[in-house]
Amino acid sequence: MMGVARYWREIPQRYNLIGTKCSVCGTIYFPPRAICPNCRRKSAGKMEDYKLKGTGTVESFTIIRVPPPEFEGKSPYAIALIKMDEGCHLTGQIVDCNLEDIHIGMKVEACFRRIQEDGKRGAIYYGYKFRKAKE
Amino acid sequence: MRDVAIIGIGMTEFGELWEKSFRELVAEAGVRAIMDAGIEGEEIDAMYIGGMSSGMFVGQEHVGPLAVEVAGLEDLHIPATRVEGACASGGIALHQGYISVASGMYDIVVVGGAEKMTDVAGGSATNILASASDREWEAFFGATFPGLYALMATYHMHKYGTTPEQLASVAVKNHYNGSTNPKAQFKRKITVEDVLKSPLVADPLHLLDCSPVSDGAAAAILAPVEVAKKYTDKLVRIKASAMACDTLSLHGRERFDALPAAIHAAKKAYEKAGVGPKDIDLAEVHDCFTIAEIIAIEDLGFVERGRGGPATEEGITSLHGEIPVNTSGGLKSKGHPVGATGIAQLNEIVLQLRGEAGERQVKDAQIGLTHNVGGSGGTAVVNIMEVI
Repeated sequence: MMGVARYWREIPQRYNLIGTKCSVCGTIYFPPRAICPNCRRKSAGKMEDYKLKGTGTVESFTIIRVPPPEFEGKSPYAIALIKMDEGCHLTGQIVDCNLEDIHIGMKVEACFRRIQEDGKRGAIYYGYKFRKAKE
Repeated sequence: MRDVAIIGIGMTEFGELWEKSFRELVAEAGVRAIMDAGIEGEEIDAMYIGGMSSGMFVGQEHVGPLAVEVAGLEDLHIPATRVEGACASGGIALHQGYISVASGMYDIVVVGGAEKMTDVAGGSATNILASASDREWEAFFGATFPGLYALMATYHMHKYGTTPEQLASVAVKNHYNGSTNPKAQFKRKITVEDVLKSPLVADPLHLLDCSPVSDGAAAAILAPVEVAKKYTDKLVRIKASAMACDTLSLHGRERFDALPAAIHAAKKAYEKAGVGPKDIDLAEVHDCFTIAEIIAIEDLGFVERGRGGPATEEGITSLHGEIPVNTSGGLKSKGHPVGATGIAQLNEIVLQLRGEAGERQVKDAQIGLTHNVGGSGGTAVVNIMEVI
């Protein structure tokens, strides 16, 4: 489903959590947006790249038991809605912990991991996952 | 704007219909609706057909001319438009058909929806359905469609104390209703225990919290009320039709315990119709997962926010409750051929308002509502119908 060019375009965001900041109202967005929904036309051309710190809090989570074909053999795995410290939300996996220890309110930090691959000899796609934050 | 009536309805049985092709499903539902309305093919001015992904499910796009051809209307060259809004495609077809008749552009319009989902392997269906979510920022990381609704379920349970048993009670009710619907995919009753014992798909959602993969099609014929009187005495009018959109992704929304697009569409529909939640006699809501019905009855104002679970358990939404919800069996038991669902919901409301729903008839039903959602809430369509 993923062409190489499509994957390559998203490397800055997926590898380094580069979102955007509206230079009019200061709101930070991830995934990046071309227009700020608060400022709309005033924000056109005024969205700047902004690197997230990578820390956030679990707002909700689930354990995927029936995975899509690209994740065959990887289940069960945890998917969470994470509120980043900058205020935006994103969706990502939680790893490096027992699935039963995951809870709403848990502090997490981003880590760089393999996400999926195109079959046995295809491209390997990397990006962010999350783990329990160091205290 | 002109008043719009529904003068005919028709649908196929829903289920794993191996012997029927996509084309045959479209033909069957369309012909049934045309026969029900008592119109001639040459009276049709236009068609709107909802479909989520016939391209990925059966390798067939360009559904407009397919519908014209199966109806034998090519000599008339009528315009037929396929509309797409994931699982809300059927509801959008109805909304577009309503606009085209209300505006005066067309008189007799066919609205329909169809999906043939069982010709692909299970994993492919999961992948195709994931295209209703945000492919780049949700599905890429391993989120599935049940997974997104599971995130809403976990959130709702944490915030309001909703329980797995309350979620299960939605499935139990809808299977009970579906057991009396000859068109339903699953005509068997289930228990709360059956739901909780079925395998987990995405915690806390079990297999029996999820609607199935289905084949099916549904259609309806719209006409201005003045014209409609020529065809039928049992007039059902569209009192309001409202559509709203939100972010494609769940994580982009302002809240996770509700579908803001559904709240917005409902508000617009109630305002236009001049009625409130208390005036609705029955509703068909988008229960693609049990949590979705709990959130739906809150979004529509049938119960207070957070009360959806207990209210379902108490029977408020059951067939003989205060506000019967999903008398057809809903997506859960009737089946969910995604593009057809919005129009199948309309079929049930029209049957009920005409008093033709048989065993599952709601007494004195005068006003009915449909609530059709695309994706995790990126699109919502709410329609209100009444007997006149």
